[in-house]
Amino acid sequence: MGLVAAEFERQEISTVAIQLLRLVTEKVRPPRALCVPFRHGYPLDSPNDPQKQHKVLAAALGLLENQELKPPAIVDFKK
Amino acid sequence: MGELSEFSLNYRLFLKTYRWRRIEPVPWTPLKKPLRDCRLVLVSSAGIVASHQEPFDSAILGGDPSIREIPVDTDVPTLKETHRSKAFDHAGIRQDPNLAFPIDRLRELTDAGRIGSLNHRHLSLMGSITAPGRLIKREVPPVISRLVADGVDIALFIPA
Repeated sequence: MGLVAAEFERQEISTVAIQLLRLVTEKVRPPRALCVPFRHGYPLDSPNDPQKQHKVLAAALGLLENQELKPPAIVDFKK
Repeated sequence: MGELSEFSLNYRLFLKTYRWRRIEPVPWTPLKKPLRDCRLVLVSSAGIVASHQEPFDSAILGGDPSIREIPVDTDVPTLKETHRSKAFDHAGIRQDPNLAFPIDRLRELTDAGRIGSLNHRHLSLMGSITAPGRLIKREVPPVISRLVADGVDIALFIPA
């Protein structure tokens, strides 16, 4: 996903990637990444829980708006 | 945090020893306008397909590099998760595809004015691709050209 996101950025589409393993994220270095504390299969926290899903999405979209970040921007999601 | 300890020993060893491709230099496109004016595309690597689409091919060595386009007006309960990995629990996404393809949540954000608009097509990929060259060199460039023509400003990537 990080490699694909990089291709998008090269064509001037801003990206943010939700990531489940910080170890891998630090090796690949996608441009903007939100590392979430959830197990694989649950990237937006819980099924059928719009409120929790919105919380993760809000944090991800916030990275796009943060003008202080520098690449690679790897940020942990705070519950 | 997602932890290595979630996985079997074999998969943990793979994650530690696989030669991950490091992005260097890291490209960077700052947001050019407020989110409320941006058009968003969703990119999921959960191997999700629409009801009329073929599932991803789990027999392809290195991973199926093909990309599915999912229409924005798709009915979420009809989406099917076909991720090939046996390393994680698929029950949550199968119960609620929004967990990895949150198009309902994004519609709500658009209705609330947080995002300008959703693109008419969104993307589904297979995750756990160990040979990404075909995906990056062959499949992704024409898709990005279509998204640029669609007027997409931002992309949200979600794994499984």
